[in-house]
Amino acid sequence: MKSTQAATLTSPPSPGGAWAPWDHLDRLESEAIHILREVAAQCARPVLLFSGGKDSMVVLHLARKAFYPQRLPFPLMHVDTGHNFPEVIEFRDQVVKSLGVDLIVRSVEESIRQGRARVRFETDSRNALQAVTLVDAIHEFGFDACLGGARRDEEKARAKERIFSFRDEFGGWDPKNQRPELWDLYNAHVHPGENMRVFPISNWTEADVWEYIARERLDLPSLYFAHRREVVARGDQWIPVTPLTPPRAGEQVEERWVRFRTVGDMTCTCPVPSEARTLEDILRETATSTLTERGATRTDDQTSEASMELRKKQGYF
Amino acid sequence: MENKLKNCQEILRFITCGSVDDGKSTLIGRLLLDSRSVLADQWAAIEATSTRRGQSQVDLSLLTDGLQAEREQGITIDVAYRYFSTPARRFIIADTPGHAQYTRNMVTGASTADLAILLLDARKGVVEQTRRHAQIVRLLGIRKVVIAVNKMDLVAYGQEAFERVRQEFLSFAAPLDFRDIEFIPLSALNGDGVVLHGDHMPWYVGPTLLELLETVALDEEALNSSFRFPIQLVARLSEENGEERRGAQGRVESGTVAVGDEVVLLPAGRRSRISAIETYGGRIPQARAGQSVTLVLTDQVDMSRGDMIASAAHPPRTDKNFEALVCWFSDKPYDPARRLLIQQTTRCLQGKVDSVSARLDIQTSQLIPSPAQVTMNDLVRMGFKVQQPLAFDRYEDIRTTGSFILIDALTHDTVAAGMIV
Repeated sequence: MKSTQAATLTSPPSPGGAWAPWDHLDRLESEAIHILREVAAQCARPVLLFSGGKDSMVVLHLARKAFYPQRLPFPLMHVDTGHNFPEVIEFRDQVVKSLGVDLIVRSVEESIRQGRARVRFETDSRNALQAVTLVDAIHEFGFDACLGGARRDEEKARAKERIFSFRDEFGGWDPKNQRPELWDLYNAHVHPGENMRVFPISNWTEADVWEYIARERLDLPSLYFAHRREVVARGDQWIPVTPLTPPRAGEQVEERWVRFRTVGDMTCTCPVPSEARTLEDILRETATSTLTERGATRTDDQTSEASMELRKKQGYF
Repeated sequence: MENKLKNCQEILRFITCGSVDDGKSTLIGRLLLDSRSVLADQWAAIEATSTRRGQSQVDLSLLTDGLQAEREQGITIDVAYRYFSTPARRFIIADTPGHAQYTRNMVTGASTADLAILLLDARKGVVEQTRRHAQIVRLLGIRKVVIAVNKMDLVAYGQEAFERVRQEFLSFAAPLDFRDIEFIPLSALNGDGVVLHGDHMPWYVGPTLLELLETVALDEEALNSSFRFPIQLVARLSEENGEERRGAQGRVESGTVAVGDEVVLLPAGRRSRISAIETYGGRIPQARAGQSVTLVLTDQVDMSRGDMIASAAHPPRTDKNFEALVCWFSDKPYDPARRLLIQQTTRCLQGKVDSVSARLDIQTSQLIPSPAQVTMNDLVRMGFKVQQPLAFDRYEDIRTTGSFILIDALTHDTVAAGMIV
């Protein structure tokens, strides 16, 4: 399996068997397909948020399955912070091209230029600013549903979020006033200006995502696989050396075998030491990891115990 | 750890019922901790919080406290979902709070659960809250319950206390007709009986809570019921012999379906046969409950979202009128003047309430006729009329086709959930 080719996405589906055994991945896949079809049926103008990261690759694959043999009934959109790893942007464009799907790109850079978003320093994390660009884009295109690859096992605030999560005109999430969600009945009714955020892989864990990627032979950006990279040790984390995250005075730059467990902005995503070069290696590593995905790799969730919750209230995904 | 890699298995979804006093959060925390589902950074975070609060032991209940407001007030606001796995099985816990809005939250959590854990305090036995929880669990169609008799450490791990609670629950629950009731003595605080047996209860030879969760038979109820397939979307498939083939996209909600099966399209009532079952992976000869597929019928009948393809031999009822047990969620009381939408499977229709015949008193299991009003957390029996015929089953028979939500047509809020009787 080569990590940057999108070949498996375009190759024809393999023939199906008889009573295939029904396991947790089948159940999760089927649930996600059901959710994606509900979005297509209930929402007038949905969009799939796509970053090229592993979770959004899974959702894209599920969407192709859900609507096969027809085209995707919605475009993809990437909110580009301008701080993405170049490998990921390259991979994103490759996937879009090989699948012939529509991609809308809206950039945080542009929001900053327009004065909609503010930064103190060029190297500040733009992760939280994505909310501004996202909410502006939702209004620009009139989207009434944004599909995303967030999972409930990622973070405490996510654990309480609905699969169909209602957002007000400002994109805000009100955790105390969520719509009750029972059985598999999803209420996607919104008024103009309001929207739903929909998470088809809410019930998946990190291990499920990796197992599914391995089973379906999905391609991913090369960053997820072990590679040599210049890093500096800072606290418990390895900070990648990039133009935005240069070494600080006195820090020793080392080249090490690392890989990324999540792919976010250069300013807030750290790799972990790893020699996992194949999906099978990663599966083994994920099963025995002693740190959570975000705990190991994100610097932005650690600033306050409630930081994800705060960002979500302000319109963050 | 190595066997976590094994392509594991099936998922068990369960709900935990009990209040903070019963040690519910501690129990879940203990389950996560002793099954090694708590990772180093999560542990470090709750350890720091416990120390800051001046607690001598790490407070396991912190593992399940989600939102800022909850941490400030020391309560649980809403349903939270937790995930953990062991080499044997994967688990999804619906963690619901036991305070004021308990009915609403419990109904929500129970709606997707295969099993319920009811927490009892070994010192107190069956209390008012136990009755409520058991009632709701039963109403939501959960037939498997585990009675976790907690705080055994406070009754000197005595067998008599456990037996007393057991007998008490059995005599109370007899009319509820649970299919499976298991009793487990445990101490969430010290860990006895949760994942490990511990040394304090040599008289107990049954499984620990986790052992039970890992081995309890999964419900095949949906698989063994009659075939139901609500249509989500209609797709254009390839052309064959100059004729466009259309496929019904949806999920098999109950039973199984095979190519050649005779089916009926509802509410129209047209009979046809399955000519093909399509998936992204290719054509398959049959599909089972839970599977998302595309069905092609032999006749090019007119079909659309909201229609249902069902077993011709065992079709659902099709009617504009039905009766249901409804749990009112909205903080505004039921108001006959408000327009309502009824969403059942993939169908959303305008509907109205014909009658509010009784309110169920959850404490006493008594039906109180003609309630003056319907307010939040009330369970009431309502008669409905919808604008077009609806295909449905009794909730007792098939959960997915017997359940619905009520949506306020103006505010779009989900104001209630119903189970057809």
